[in-house]
Amino acid sequence: MKMKLSRRLFTRVIHASVLTVFAVLLAFPFYWMVITSFKQNVDLYTMENNPFLFNAKPTLDHLKFLFTETKFVRWLGNTTFVGVVVVAITLVLAIPAAYALARLAGRWGERLGIAIFLTYLVPPTLLFIPLSRVIAFLGLQDSLWALILVYPTFTVPFSIWLLMGFFKSIPRELEDAAMVDGLTRFGAFLKLVIPISSSGILTVVIFAFTLVTQEFVYALTFISSESNQMIGTGIPIFLVRGDVYYWGALMAACLIASLPIAFFYNLFLDRFIAGFTVGAVK
Amino acid sequence: MVVKSARIKSIGAAQNPFLSTAMFTPAALYILLLVAGPFLLAIFYAFSDARIGSTELHYVGLENFRSIWQSPSFRVAVRNSCIFTICSQIVVVICANILAITLEQSFRGRGLVRFLILLPWVAPISLGAIGWKWILDSIYSVITWVLVALHFYKPFSAPMWLGEPHLAIASVLLVHSWRLLPFSTVILLAGRTAIPKDIPEAAAVDGAGFWRTQLQIVIPMMRPIISVAVLFGLIFTFTDMTVVYILTAGGPFDSTQTLPSLAFALGIQGSDLAAGAAISLFLVPLLVLLAYFMLRLAHRTEVT
Repeated sequence: MKMKLSRRLFTRVIHASVLTVFAVLLAFPFYWMVITSFKQNVDLYTMENNPFLFNAKPTLDHLKFLFTETKFVRWLGNTTFVGVVVVAITLVLAIPAAYALARLAGRWGERLGIAIFLTYLVPPTLLFIPLSRVIAFLGLQDSLWALILVYPTFTVPFSIWLLMGFFKSIPRELEDAAMVDGLTRFGAFLKLVIPISSSGILTVVIFAFTLVTQEFVYALTFISSESNQMIGTGIPIFLVRGDVYYWGALMAACLIASLPIAFFYNLFLDRFIAGFTVGAVK
Repeated sequence: MVVKSARIKSIGAAQNPFLSTAMFTPAALYILLLVAGPFLLAIFYAFSDARIGSTELHYVGLENFRSIWQSPSFRVAVRNSCIFTICSQIVVVICANILAITLEQSFRGRGLVRFLILLPWVAPISLGAIGWKWILDSIYSVITWVLVALHFYKPFSAPMWLGEPHLAIASVLLVHSWRLLPFSTVILLAGRTAIPKDIPEAAAVDGAGFWRTQLQIVIPMMRPIISVAVLFGLIFTFTDMTVVYILTAGGPFDSTQTLPSLAFALGIQGSDLAAGAAISLFLVPLLVLLAYFMLRLAHRTEVT
C-alpha cells in the first residue's frame, strides 16, 4: 500500500515536471515580451543587468512610443478592415459551395470536396511571384485591396471543407419537412440550414479572421508603404529604423497583437483540428 | 460533372443539379482564377525571362533551371529546406507524443496550461519569430546572459546565435519545432481521446506496464492520426518562409536560405521573376507526394 502511494506520488511529480518544462519552453518568448515591454532602455541595454529582474523602475514609455510615434494603431485598423472584408467574401463563397457539395452533388460532392481541400495545400510561397504580376496588372500594388483579393485563396478552401462537415451532420429530414411545408430547396437552405449551422459559420468566421492576421508572405510582397501594413508585417519591418531595433516597443506590439488572436483561435481550435483530422479519428 | 451526379443515386427528391452548380460555381471560379491560374503562370514564368519592370517576355526553355541548378545558394537552400523540414518533424513527433500523454489526463489548471502550450501555434508566426530574434540577439540575448552567468562563456566571447551559419541553422530549426509542436500535440490529443478507454485498461489488467501499453498498443493504434500530424507538419515547414525571413533573412551569407526564402530574395527583391518562379516550382514534387499520401490515408480510413 505504502509502495503504491509513493509510486503514485512519483508519477504525479514526473507528470507535473514534464508539463512545466514544456509550458515554460513554449510560452517563454511571450513571457519575455511581457518583461521587455515594461523595462526602461537603460535596463534593457546594460549587459551586466540580470535580464530576469527589473533593475530600474518599470515603465510605460514603450507603450506610449508605440501608440503615439508609430503607425501601430493604423496597422491594427488595416488588419481589422482586411479581416472583416475577407471573412465576408469567404462566407459568401464558401457557405453555398459547401452546401452544394454536402447535399446536392451526390458522389461528386465528395470528390470535389477533396479537390477543394487539396487546394488548401497550395502554399502562398508557390503563388506569390505570379500573383505579384496579377496585382501589378490590376494596379493594386501597395493597396489593401490586393490582400482582400488574394486572401480568400487560403480561407475559402478550408472553410468549404469545415462547413461541409457541419452541413452533413444536419439530418436531411429537417429540410425535407421544410420543403413539404412549401419552402423551396434554396429557401430551406436560407431559412433553415444557415440558422442551424450558426456555430459552424462562427467557427469559419474566427478561422478566416485569424488566418488573415497570421499571414505574412503576401503582405510582405504586395504592400510597401508604412501606413498600409498589416500587423504581421508592420511590426517586424517598420518598428526597425535602419539597424536600430526598438525592442521595448517591438515586444509590446507583438504582445498586444498576438494575445487576442491567440485567445480566439484557442477557443475554436478543437473544431479546426477536427477539420484537419476528418477520417483519421475513428 | 455535377449534372451527371443527379443520375447516380438520389436520396429522396433532394437532388437539384442546376441549383448545386449555381451554388458551387462562384467558389470554383474564384479558386480557378486565383489558385490554378497563378500556378500555371508560375510554370510559364519559369520557362521565360520575366523580370519586374520589363514588359517583354521570351521563351528560354530550361535556361532558368540550368542556372539555378549551378548556383551554390540553391543547393544550400535545398539542403536547408530538407534539414528544417525533416529534423523539426522528428523533434515535434517525439515531443508531441509526450505532451499529448501528459495533457490527456485532467488536472487543475489544465485550461491555462493548454493555452500556454498552444501560444506558439495560435499567435501570428511573424510576431513569435521576432520574439525569438530578441531572445537570440547578438549582444543582449538572455540565453547568452544565462550561459555567462553559469560560467560557460566569458562575457563578450559567447557565440552569436544568428550570426554563425551552424548556430543560425540550429536556431531556425528550433523556432520551427517550437511553432509546430502545439499543432501536432492537439492533433495527437484528439487521436488519443478517440481511442476507446477499455483497450489500454484491458492491457493494464493483463499486466502490461505504462510504457508497454503506450508503445505497443496506443501509439500503433494512432498511426493514421500521427501520419496526419506529420504530413501537415511537413507541408507547413517546407513551404514556410516567415521564420527564416524574420530571424536571419537567409543570412549569414545565404547559409540559412530555404527554397521559399530564396525564391523571394531572387524573384521579388532581385526582380528576377523567372528565377524566383523556377525555384518555387521545386516545392511542387514534394507537395504532390505529400498530397498523395494524404489522399491514401483518407481513403484507407474511409474503407476500414
